Amino acid sequence: MILIVAEHNNTVLNNATLHVIEAAKKLQLPIHVLVAGSKCTDVVSAAQECAGVRKVLIADNDAYAHQLAENVAKLIYQLSTEYSYILAPATCFGKDILPRVAALLDVEQISDITDIINQQTFVRPIYAGNAYATVTTSLSKNVITVRATSFPLCGSQDKCDTQAIDINIPASNTEFISINSTDTGKLPDLNSAKIVVAGGRGISSKDKFTLIQQLAEQLHAAIGASRAAVDAGFVPNDLQIGQTGKVVAPDLYIAIGISGAIQHIAGMKDSKVIVAINRDPDAPIFDIADYGLVADLFDAVPELIASLSKAERLISSE
Amino acid sequence: MRCLVAVKQVIDPYVHIRINKEQTAVIQENVKMAMNPFDEIAMEAALQFKEQGIISEVIAVSIGAPGVQETLRQALARGADKAIMVMSEKSYNPLSIAKVLAKISKQQEVDLVLMGKQAIDNDCNQTGQMLAALLDWPQATFVSKLQLESTSLIATREVDGGLETLKCKIPAVVTTDLRLNEPRVISLPNIMQAKKKPLTEISIEDMGLELNNQIATTTIQPPPKRKAGVKLNSVTELVDKLRNEAKII
Repeated sequence: MILIVAEHNNTVLNNATLHVIEAAKKLQLPIHVLVAGSKCTDVVSAAQECAGVRKVLIADNDAYAHQLAENVAKLIYQLSTEYSYILAPATCFGKDILPRVAALLDVEQISDITDIINQQTFVRPIYAGNAYATVTTSLSKNVITVRATSFPLCGSQDKCDTQAIDINIPASNTEFISINSTDTGKLPDLNSAKIVVAGGRGISSKDKFTLIQQLAEQLHAAIGASRAAVDAGFVPNDLQIGQTGKVVAPDLYIAIGISGAIQHIAGMKDSKVIVAINRDPDAPIFDIADYGLVADLFDAVPELIASLSKAERLISSE
Repeated sequence: MRCLVAVKQVIDPYVHIRINKEQTAVIQENVKMAMNPFDEIAMEAALQFKEQGIISEVIAVSIGAPGVQETLRQALARGADKAIMVMSEKSYNPLSIAKVLAKISKQQEVDLVLMGKQAIDNDCNQTGQMLAALLDWPQATFVSKLQLESTSLIATREVDGGLETLKCKIPAVVTTDLRLNEPRVISLPNIMQAKKKPLTEISIEDMGLELNNQIATTTIQPPPKRKAGVKLNSVTELVDKLRNEAKII
């Protein structure tokens, strides 16, 4: 059987989990989902409705309110007996907790898989996506993190059963102090957005990044950035897309003023359609873009915004 | 407070990697090597705490073939007090590495282990968390801000969608993210001085641990190539393509 560790904030089930559920179906074994949290009934309901889930295990306890690795790993370890696969998304959440589970079980972990060949064989990127390794396991317990963007979302189903877990493990050596969430306003979150508008060093200043903001609002897109833009202080670092930041794969990725350093490309090359707007015709981003526009972004982006809003007005007046 | 910093030798991040003909490995021979950039940040953090008088001794450790000594000498040149080199001709997966580090952490009676959040070669992002589990110590991963007190540490972590701050009792394991600090440049006198600092060698076989790789890498392949698309002449053309060809807006 498969145990998937749900990522959530006690209110909303993170979409990354839905991708992991879809990936797990390739293993052709019954799927259980663990929701460890505090007052997390909405999350449990959402997990029950994920197509393919046989049962949702609920560990609802104040001790799990912030899902700290120290105690959540021990909880998963205690629940692990009947499972041959333990999966979580390869997000900051899954990456933090799952290796700790693996070490408790004395098994190695397979990180960040992008494909499942069969029950023993998996594919994962190495060297920032510059190579892909096929790995094989003969372990009876497999601890795996899954790159969410490599698998589709699961569908929905009628609610499956739940089972309450009455194990209370305090995190005695770790204390949660605070979380400062980045405010994305009305825009979607980077991890779940269908369209991402990303800006690079070419934007030239923090003030001018509002141009990216306006285009994102027009398209109801998430805002992203290259490492150069983050390092220059144009945007906070959690908007960084790339090997050392977030890996995204939206339907449409618009790279503006981004040259396309290999580290950046590793974070977005699986997007369905890539648009690049850059003044430099030799920028490497054009090698992977479906549609390239060699232009000064300060001319092209306002024109793009105007043309999209004009089209919107036409449609709404029809 | 004694601090262990684990440093890994990797292919220099600015080198384009090559895969061997058999597609079983990335070519390591005659390739420029460097300290894993995330580990450089961990080392810098340890050195800054030492300069502030919070950490008394910084011990660098690395595991690998004899060439790894170079990376440890570099750690000493940066300012580590001593180095431990665990010689291993065989390449081990993170769980085995964590077991070696757990043993050294106990032997050296350290209060804090710092290391990069991941190595830029295999991108596993496991060793620190595994080490914390084996020692039953708290962990703070992906740390971009760190404050040490006598019995605890306060770490700000880079998580999806924001920053999380945790307080961990010491001893603890901390893995470092890019924005924690900017590693110093090594000066020539320090390189000379580093040659006099103690570097202990031990063989991995002599550690009394049973180590073996449970997961095997069977093939390594280049990433699927994305074909370049078309260059357009105007915004109008772009909007038209997105609307009528890609049908995406």
